[in-house]
Amino acid sequence: MSDLRELYQEVILDHGRKPRNFGPLEEANRHADGYNPLCGDQVQVHLHVEDGIVRAVRFEGAGCAISTASASLMTQAMTGKPESDAKALFEEFHQLVVGDGHCGERLGKLVVFAGVREYPSRVKCATLAWHTLQAALDDDGREVTTE
Amino acid sequence: MNAAPQAVAATAGFDVERLRADFPILQQEINGKPLVYLDNGASTQKPQAVIDAVSNFYAHDYANIHRGVHTLSERATAAYEGARDRVQRFLNAADRREIIFTSGTTEAINLVAQSFGGQKIGQGDEIILTGMEHHSNIVPWQLLAERVGATIKVVPITDDGALDLDAYTSLFGPRTRLVSLVHVSNALGTVNPVQAMVETAHAHDVPVLLDGAQAVAHTPVDVQALGCDFYAFSGHKIYGPSGIGVLYGRRELLEAMPPWQGGGDMITTVAFEGSTYAAPPYRFEAGTPHIAGVVGLAAALDYVDAVGLPSIAAYEHDLLDYATTAVGELPGLRLIGTAPEKAAILSFVFDGIHPHDIGTVLDFEGIAIRAGHHCAMPVMTRFGVAATARASFGIYNTRAEVDTLVQGLGKVREMFS
Repeated sequence: MSDLRELYQEVILDHGRKPRNFGPLEEANRHADGYNPLCGDQVQVHLHVEDGIVRAVRFEGAGCAISTASASLMTQAMTGKPESDAKALFEEFHQLVVGDGHCGERLGKLVVFAGVREYPSRVKCATLAWHTLQAALDDDGREVTTE
Repeated sequence: MNAAPQAVAATAGFDVERLRADFPILQQEINGKPLVYLDNGASTQKPQAVIDAVSNFYAHDYANIHRGVHTLSERATAAYEGARDRVQRFLNAADRREIIFTSGTTEAINLVAQSFGGQKIGQGDEIILTGMEHHSNIVPWQLLAERVGATIKVVPITDDGALDLDAYTSLFGPRTRLVSLVHVSNALGTVNPVQAMVETAHAHDVPVLLDGAQAVAHTPVDVQALGCDFYAFSGHKIYGPSGIGVLYGRRELLEAMPPWQGGGDMITTVAFEGSTYAAPPYRFEAGTPHIAGVVGLAAALDYVDAVGLPSIAAYEHDLLDYATTAVGELPGLRLIGTAPEKAAILSFVFDGIHPHDIGTVLDFEGIAIRAGHHCAMPVMTRFGVAATARASFGIYNTRAEVDTLVQGLGKVREMFS
């Protein structure tokens, strides 16, 4: 099962089982809902943004190990960052999972998702939370979908 | 494992290894493991006879049909119209003119919704559907209902995944205009008592459309015995090509229905002052159809009938019993859909592990299943799950493959527990 472990790395399994920053966020001032119509996965991202800094990120919802771990690691990566970082980070993350092999410098722990590029049907699982984060930052109130 | 003696007797003449040899796609490895294809509910694989029929047709006999006076057009027309006779025999329809070729079940249902529905269903009228319909037997009716101001009533599902027949009976009223229901549920495997349900509807003078997409490859279908008014199915779910399907409609109904798509082949005369329309089935077959698909469908029906649907049904039922027991012994596995009458479909959730993760790990073991809502989101809602994993069986599946599935699920648990 060694190849499969490249997709399901220990960090992903761990965050899939025990997602961090999971649940509502009382002081949140931005929200967005994300939905993957292919599998029915749903995620809600709650943000507390102040002075252009993402003070807190939490998420709720139900999804597979990949999408749950992706949301969990995303909340850790974004906490305390300027909101302007989100776009650049998502771009690097997207490059990582759609597969030109490029690994951006900002990614840190997020590189565990490199294996997703071998599984095109799972790319949307990995990016759902990120699309939703983007919508929450834009705070335009519409539900985003992966389609 | 649990084969009753009569099940052995019923499946004794069924040589699954010989059938497997007819399907070239099965002779391969996926991720270094022999392919175990358990996604037949989504689409079935094609026997060499179907591949050859399509290929030979293109190599030797292809041209556009009808109207051509040259040899190839006559050959192609004979093959196309011969396939209509073939489908008529397959469904035991009373008349070949009751067989309309469509792109699939979805288009067949849309045809009835737009043509029959547009004519007969209006403001305040009611359409009865069931809670276990595929989206393709929900959305066309919603589009119609929104357009004309009709209402949709839904037959509820019981806890084991059957239809609540008392509730069904109570849904009929003076404004009920149509029942459209699935013969075999793709998400639960339930085989609905459609003959009795048609009788109930007819007692209220209400016509019935049956969605047979999941039924025709697994059980004999006789539209006259069922008494249904419309019956729809897809070629690709019965070992034939994709992009081709059938709508059966009772002749009196089809005769009275307006065209739904305009174009070539569906007219008698065309003038800018007004056109006149061909009689059924041509009235409903505008444009050049999927001619080779029709030829492939006829070959698929030949193949299935040569194996014999009664013995297919017995074999798959035996396989379902074996798989239900084997999978049921896995702790933490919950079957969704345990109705007494089922086709060979196992829909399940497992230990809180997301179906997509189950699907990816099983794929690594060479096992193809489906994970998701199976285009039946109301069924998922009914059972309180976002998605299920689904193993669906066909004529070429074996008990050994069920064992491989069970082993694969063991590996799934190993990874995620």
